[in-house]
Amino acid sequence: MRDIFRTRRMWRPRGELKDRYDVVIVGGGSHGLATAYYLAKNHGITNVAVLEQSYIGSGAAGRNTTIVRSNYRTPEGARFYQRSVELYERLSRELDFNLLFSQQGHLTLAHSDRALITMTERAEVNQLLGIDSRVVGPPEVARLCPELDLSHDVTWPILGALYHPRGGIIRHDAVVWGLARGADRGGVEIHPYTEVTGIERSNGRVTGVRTTRGDIECDTIVSATAGWSTLVADLADVRLPITTHILQAFVTEPLKPFLDVIVVSSQMHVYVSQTDRGEILIGAEIEPYTTYRGTSTFPFLEYSARHVLELFPQLENVSVLRQWTGLCDLSPDYSPILGVTEVDGFVVSAGWGTYGFKAAPIVGTTLAELISTGRTPELIAPFTLERFYTDTLVSELAAAAVSH
Amino acid sequence: MSFLLSCPNCGPRDVNEFAYAGEVTSRPAERPSVRELATYVHFRRNVAGVQQEWWFHRFGCETWFRAERDTRTNAVLATEAAHAEPDGQAAPAEAAVPDVPAV
Repeated sequence: MRDIFRTRRMWRPRGELKDRYDVVIVGGGSHGLATAYYLAKNHGITNVAVLEQSYIGSGAAGRNTTIVRSNYRTPEGARFYQRSVELYERLSRELDFNLLFSQQGHLTLAHSDRALITMTERAEVNQLLGIDSRVVGPPEVARLCPELDLSHDVTWPILGALYHPRGGIIRHDAVVWGLARGADRGGVEIHPYTEVTGIERSNGRVTGVRTTRGDIECDTIVSATAGWSTLVADLADVRLPITTHILQAFVTEPLKPFLDVIVVSSQMHVYVSQTDRGEILIGAEIEPYTTYRGTSTFPFLEYSARHVLELFPQLENVSVLRQWTGLCDLSPDYSPILGVTEVDGFVVSAGWGTYGFKAAPIVGTTLAELISTGRTPELIAPFTLERFYTDTLVSELAAAAVSH
Repeated sequence: MSFLLSCPNCGPRDVNEFAYAGEVTSRPAERPSVRELATYVHFRRNVAGVQQEWWFHRFGCETWFRAERDTRTNAVLATEAAHAEPDGQAAPAEAAVPDVPAV
């Protein structure tokens, strides 16, 4: 009986910082913790510290809308995200922690012929890579999501959809906690409320970091700081092609389960899913101006609610429960910036815009391999920072511009 | 809530009336290398603090202007019509008018 009420620590409380680590990871979110976890698990590198300026999972990892999918537009992107979906499918078992991953399917609606053509291209790219993804017509949309208003008496009639059966939602906090516990058990140290204030370099390579709790020597620094990536890279004099924007979302009061699939409308800049708690979760597009101020706005709420009612008129009297905001680091081509930089030992996971959470496990495994072997894995080679200097971009605009 | 911008012609208006066109950048040399040109096109300072930036009053007088805004607070410290710029920084071309902001 007593055992039921015992407080179980997910990971050890923060200790004193050591003078030296092999690897310092800046950012205690899903990417930083996944990298730490796989460094220990796959490569036996355990002299690792994760430094987080606030609490674990306080940034994008705890604010995203939890969608996991791989139906991207470019072969480079689709292949990469597919590996991430496969890792997510195994992650609950691997971490011995239920991440509540529900692969209930993902529908991207087409409201125009042009959208159907783009979706057909995406489906072809996906199928060539073995990803379950296909264009479906209105009868199939009605079967998959009978709650949708499929009438033609609306502003944007639904002509079809891109259907991705293995897309789903996962409990984002559980992913963070599970990875943190796994990293901690592997021997990694987790240091919340420890802000990095400087990066020491000598002869073009990193030698240490300065923090609000003292200085540390290290060989490798990983920056996994989403909306703050530019500020951390500035400390190492590395320039990034990033702008920081806010992305917002809100949930309604909980309802009985009625919505099985995730529904996305690029045309209306809105997407909808129902969480395990019954809340209707609604997200939209980033704000067009850059900002580091993470406050919610009323125009977003009004705009998104209006469009959701066009898709689901039955939600008309449902109350809004909660609205929130996160910072996103947007890259020019809607693909990430992953791997080495011109400063030896300074590795970045940045430019994630609005799609970082779904890539956490594959970022963790590939960056851990990069750090351990010193070689960039083939899977992430297209996402190098150098591509912006040579103007060889990987445009995911068609599949990632609406933030879902 | 969101915030207000003061259009040099129309006065304070809701930010959603305007199109944002990014931080003020310096054009590269006359015959830039690919690297210089790519740096100009893609890389941004993205400061957390006071930033000089371009705005366009899309749902108003349709003029370009520069604003000085603190990106940590969204406080707009000053705005000034584009033609007042002394250092030869031209306003973005007409073709570069961004789409209507999503929200």
